[in-house]
Amino acid sequence: MSGYLLRGVSLLGEAQVDVLIDGGIISEVSKKPLAPTGVHTIDCDGLVALPGLVDLHTHLREPGREDSETVESGSAAAALGGFVAVHAMANTNPVADTAGVVEQVYRLGREAGWCDVRPVGAVTVGLHGTQLAELAAMAHSAARVRIFSDDGKCVADPILMRRALEYVKAFDGVIAQHAQEPRLTEDAQMNEGFVSSQLGLRGWPAVAEESIISRDVLLAEHVGSRLHVCHLSTAGSVEIVRWAKSRGVMVTAEVTPHHLLLTDELARSYDPRYKVNPPLRRDEDVMALRQGLADGTIDAVATDHAPHPVEDKECEWSSAAFGMIGLQSALSVVQTAMIETGLMTWSEVSDRMSTRPARIGSLRDHGRPIAVGEPAHVVLLDPRGKSPFTLENNASLSTNSPFIGMELYGRVEATFLRGRATVLDGKLAG
Amino acid sequence: MDAALREVLDSGDINRALSRIAHEILEKNKGVTDLVLLGIPTRGAHLAERLAKAIESIEGVSIPVGTIDVTLHRDDLRSRPARALLPTVIPVSGIDGKRVVLVDDVLFSGRTIRAALDAMGELGRPAQVQLAVLVDRGHRDLPIRADYVGKNLPTSLKEHVRVSITEIDGNDSVSISGTPGGSE
Amino acid sequence: MKRHLLSASDLTLEDAVLILDTAEELAKLVDGPVKKLPTLRGRTVVNLFYEDSTRTRISFEAAAKRLSADVINFTAKGSSVSKGESLKDTALTLQAMGADAVIVRHSASGAAHQLAASGWIAGSVINAGDGTHEHPSQALLDAYTMRRHLRDGKGDLAGVRVTIVGDVLHSRVARSNVLLLATLGADVTLVAPPTLIPYGVEQWPCQISYDLDKVLPRTDALMMLRVQGERMNNAFFPSTREYSRGYGLDDKRVAALSSKAIVMHPGPMNRGLEISAGAADGLRSVIVEQVANGVSVRMAILYLLLGGASIEEVSS
Ligand SMILES: [Zn+2]
Repeated sequence: MSGYLLRGVSLLGEAQVDVLIDGGIISEVSKKPLAPTGVHTIDCDGLVALPGLVDLHTHLREPGREDSETVESGSAAAALGGFVAVHAMANTNPVADTAGVVEQVYRLGREAGWCDVRPVGAVTVGLHGTQLAELAAMAHSAARVRIFSDDGKCVADPILMRRALEYVKAFDGVIAQHAQEPRLTEDAQMNEGFVSSQLGLRGWPAVAEESIISRDVLLAEHVGSRLHVCHLSTAGSVEIVRWAKSRGVMVTAEVTPHHLLLTDELARSYDPRYKVNPPLRRDEDVMALRQGLADGTIDAVATDHAPHPVEDKECEWSSAAFGMIGLQSALSVVQTAMIETGLMTWSEVSDRMSTRPARIGSLRDHGRPIAVGEPAHVVLLDPRGKSPFTLENNASLSTNSPFIGMELYGRVEATFLRGRATVLDGKLAG
Repeated sequence: MDAALREVLDSGDINRALSRIAHEILEKNKGVTDLVLLGIPTRGAHLAERLAKAIESIEGVSIPVGTIDVTLHRDDLRSRPARALLPTVIPVSGIDGKRVVLVDDVLFSGRTIRAALDAMGELGRPAQVQLAVLVDRGHRDLPIRADYVGKNLPTSLKEHVRVSITEIDGNDSVSISGTPGGSE
Repeated sequence: MKRHLLSASDLTLEDAVLILDTAEELAKLVDGPVKKLPTLRGRTVVNLFYEDSTRTRISFEAAAKRLSADVINFTAKGSSVSKGESLKDTALTLQAMGADAVIVRHSASGAAHQLAASGWIAGSVINAGDGTHEHPSQALLDAYTMRRHLRDGKGDLAGVRVTIVGDVLHSRVARSNVLLLATLGADVTLVAPPTLIPYGVEQWPCQISYDLDKVLPRTDALMMLRVQGERMNNAFFPSTREYSRGYGLDDKRVAALSSKAIVMHPGPMNRGLEISAGAADGLRSVIVEQVANGVSVRMAILYLLLGGASIEEVSS
């Protein structure tokens, strides 16, 4: 038996249908009950089917920090979170700035088989921000890199940013900018505002993000290139992207799940699990990000899954590393912030977590509708009630998430990658 | 059993007892020479003031009065959260070589007096220390006895002795609440 | 009172007045013949200092010893930053030693908070200065000094006009003082060049001014903060000379103060930068007294946190 019958599943949270998955594709979608033989039948009463999720922003740490995450462990966590494709960021050691490194990551992803691992190439050699990496070589390698980013660092030099934007046009690439003006954020620890003033932690001002985004959308407009803005975190950034889109600038943007839910007030605990880059912002920012995601100004939710070993988080706030893991909790957090609040429908969630991210990453095989003849990338989730996210069901090698130990909305029941179940009954299907 | 308050001394009784103690102090010390009264806050401090006034009205001489807080020397500090300190005021003439009369409202286990003796040891070396109390209710834990007692009150351990004085409580009285004897 | 003293905001008005009253009583005792009280006999107090601060350490040590506590000085050289022993490992060591209180000084904001919240140690944590966050015992000794001079050593500080001048941005003393003084009812004004006032200060319970000379005549207590000359390198101000001209306390400015006003400084001073020698040593200055008051106030803190039953003892 190789196929699956999804009996009575709610498609995008709407009509109940039977879906037949066979031969790696969606072979039938029917409002009437189907009765095929020789397939596994999954009773989907109450379950919602979405196209398999695509993450634009994942740190898999391999090569270099295999103690905190590997391509294998990270992509397993992705599958458990409902993802069928992830973009592996370039800030590994060695940096993914050559065809050799991106091909290695791509190959490790294929061997693991939990989801499609699409390497992101570095924009500059060694992420040093001084010399363009061999972008075309990475684009034309087996990994077929389309997204380039120095994420973790900002491409701060305006002339280098301009050249990168221009250069990738030759192979329909996109520059994904980590927007952080470096001089305005030296030794910055958290959002600059009332809370930072009280906590005595060096501030990371909104303007450090917004000034780079402003510059970059104008550069993208000037040279007619595609720009993608990583992890928007401020109300001002949403405004700038909205303005740029209204002018016809080819800009797309993402937001992380944690920026949709958490605020800088949490830093009062000095618990480094809340230390992320960009930092958690004010309540007004969270509301603006939700609004921007709902109205489509923000194109995608991207996890910025950032694993770190325990010792890099169990220390003083100012010494702690930035980032939290997020692949397994992403859909739950989005449900909490966007569905339970009535701001978005499941159909819109699938647009922001599958369709548009796939388009931004030029993944022709992903982000397709659940329709006859399409590749069978499907996630089944149970949106009813809450379930615990625990150390036991965490598949990442790292544990730096404030959501571990909490009861979260929704639960991924199954994930299908090209018709093959990577997750069944909420567990990895080896 | 009824746990209501039973008054055992009224304001007239208390005045007479203090007056008697004042006479006894003068008799035992053959006058007021080198006499110092140290009250243990809070009620003992006010009783010491009253005794000093009584002595002054008998002898026509005012004697030094002070207070000594025992909190920092208590042996039961860890039985409840830290308590606020009460004032310690040593008369300018000091206590070295003096006859110090400690004044407290109720003598019970003797532990407060032990702490007061320790606290005094830090402050000087009196020639002699005496003890005056308004009520002695018995049940001593330590070999301590009072030199002057307003009233001996046999009590059971289950009873509470409540001393009210005008300066703090608005009236003068000594009452007992709780169960006399062992049975309940 | 809470079990730990991490921030001046941990203290209610009642807590703060209780500490100040207790310090008054203890000062009377230790200023007299009493050199040592038995109150904390058998308790162990650890001075955990990740940052050199001889004056604060000695002040806490003297306070603990006068209450008969056993004092262990633990000078940790590294921190996680310099790849020394981690805060966690040090905490576990102290817990094994049976520390009843840990007095912690650290260059990282929040270090005391993390120690208290971690569950690594059972005792009380007292913040003796964490990064640019807070220094609550300093604020208490400052309030104590003000109360002695301006309110006869009694009650709160309602209506007392306090002016804090200088590098508020990097000052843990200023942060703790603003919180505590607001609790005690004082009217606080911060005076500094705008570059040394934190972003977000609008929500602090105080006034802001950029003009020292305007505020001086309306000041009962003037607190000068230490300003590091190196701040000039990060463009916080153009030169030390220009800083002194605008915000330094010289003899002329002292003369502009009202007759009862006092001059304070948490130390160590940069004479000639934020304060002139004449102002530091003049009649208005209570700077030396602040140091002496520090011991009484820290005795009060230790007594009130450790003198009674611990939470475990009460519940058992
Ligand atoms: Zn980033």
